[in-house]
Amino acid sequence: MIPASFEYRRAGSVEDALGWLAEDPDSTKLLAGGHSLLPLMKLRLATPGVLVDVGRVPGLSYVRDAGDHVAIGALTRHRDLEISEVARASVPLLAHVAGQVGDPQVRHRGTIGGSLAHGDPASDLPAAVLALDATMVADGPRGRREIAASDFFRGFLETALEPDEMLTEIRVRKAPSGWAFQKFNRRAQDWAIVGVAAVLDGEPRVALVNMGSTTVRARGTEEALAAGAEAADAAARAAEGLEPPSDLHASAEYRRHLATVLVRRALVEAAAARG
Amino acid sequence: MRVTVTVNGTTETHDVETRMLLVHYLREVRGLTGTNIGCDTTSCGACTVLLDGESVKSCTLLAVQADGGEITTIEGMAAPDGTLHPIQQAFHEHHGLQCGFCTPGMVMAVASLLKEHPDPTEAEVREGLEGNLCRCTGYHNIVQAVLAAAHSGELVP
Ligand SMILES: Cc1cc2nc3c(=O)[nH]c(=O)nc-3n(C[C@H](O)[C@H](O)[C@H](O)COP(=O)(O)OP(=O)(O)OC[C@H]3O[C@@H](n4cnc5c(N)ncnc54)[C@H](O)[C@@H]3O)c2cc1C
Ligand code: FES
Ligand code: FES
Repeated sequence: MIPASFEYRRAGSVEDALGWLAEDPDSTKLLAGGHSLLPLMKLRLATPGVLVDVGRVPGLSYVRDAGDHVAIGALTRHRDLEISEVARASVPLLAHVAGQVGDPQVRHRGTIGGSLAHGDPASDLPAAVLALDATMVADGPRGRREIAASDFFRGFLETALEPDEMLTEIRVRKAPSGWAFQKFNRRAQDWAIVGVAAVLDGEPRVALVNMGSTTVRARGTEEALAAGAEAADAAARAAEGLEPPSDLHASAEYRRHLATVLVRRALVEAAAARG
Repeated sequence: MRVTVTVNGTTETHDVETRMLLVHYLREVRGLTGTNIGCDTTSCGACTVLLDGESVKSCTLLAVQADGGEITTIEGMAAPDGTLHPIQQAFHEHHGLQCGFCTPGMVMAVASLLKEHPDPTEAEVREGLEGNLCRCTGYHNIVQAVLAAAHSGELVP
């Protein structure tokens, strides 16, 4: 399987990338790690005319302690996030989730920015940043703007990013304890059939993988927790209002049930970790 | 587009189509057919090579993305006199292969794994090789080979 022909340009800076995107945003695609985009291009499900490779733009791969939050460069690869000392100390959920993505070869190439911008409901990192109340920083021809994670994931492979914008930084609140991640799959290396990211430090946040057309919050569970419910009772409301997909791995009904089980496990684990 | 890639220590420049996959570049342009294509969908790991020292699946990279990079393939593992690399030697001694189709990718994934975990536990070896499928061995002897290679004291980090 070989992608359809395209013009390839290698960006040396964010300005390069934005300039080329602006020329023809609808048929130009950014290429970061390529581990979501190239498989789609090989299947000819994506046929961009121009590919702007941002993989080597300097200065966008970092995990930094920024006082009240942790700042992560959009080009930070999953492997670098997994082993980052700053992430492990201040947002261990994110380091842990990065280490659950695919396999080592995928983690050596895939970036957090690519994973979030792709907007796949089956991806793990979007659920983690949603549970951590992240802020996405996007640069574009109209300047820089900040987008809250809860406004970012819009639909299947759809985010709040405009076609001429580039995600450059992700800011997450520090949550050194009181977190858990549950990922259920049948085979090593696979995507989650359902996944759960829970953060109980501060306002409780529970986000779900593969429980809708985009990454979603378990609002029923969050409401119950805010009202003081026990883990089991809060977890029973995990699938409230959600429409999970049916596919060859699981039916929607199975996913609804699985979500309640995994959310319960996540809440118990997160509460125990909080001590 | 012109790309300059160092493969197993030899640097060459070629004109390639931008859509050429790295695995096809290695096999067809560089003539190194040790790197196999199993699934072509980033699943099986047969096409694993090292790019700047890290394992990657060469069916999911463009050759142009490797421009200026350093690649190691299975052909670059044994010494010029034919002496097997300690990882290859361990696969040989512990019967870590049967048909051998997965072996080139497996050996390259192991090289990267042992760089990141020089003294891995059995669980770390199994997890660390989750991106490489083997249809023959049942993995047991592969894991034994990796542990033996790690403990051989012959790996230069
Ligand atoms: C075999 C396999 C298994 C996987 N398993 C998992 C898994 O278990 N869990 C999981 O979460 N993911 C999984 N993934 C996906 C992996 O995490 C991808 O690396 C990630 O989703 C995309 O990151 P990337 O850097 O490769 O993006 P790319 O493929 O380069 O880009 C993806 C999309 O985002 C856009 N984009 C990239 N960067 C930016 C940016 N900075 N600003 C704006 N737009 C941008 C691109 O234009 C493209 O549309 C798997 C992938 C493979 C191949
Ligand atoms: S051929 Fe590349 S992973 Fe199977
Ligand atoms: S030895 Fe045959 S696939 Fe592994």
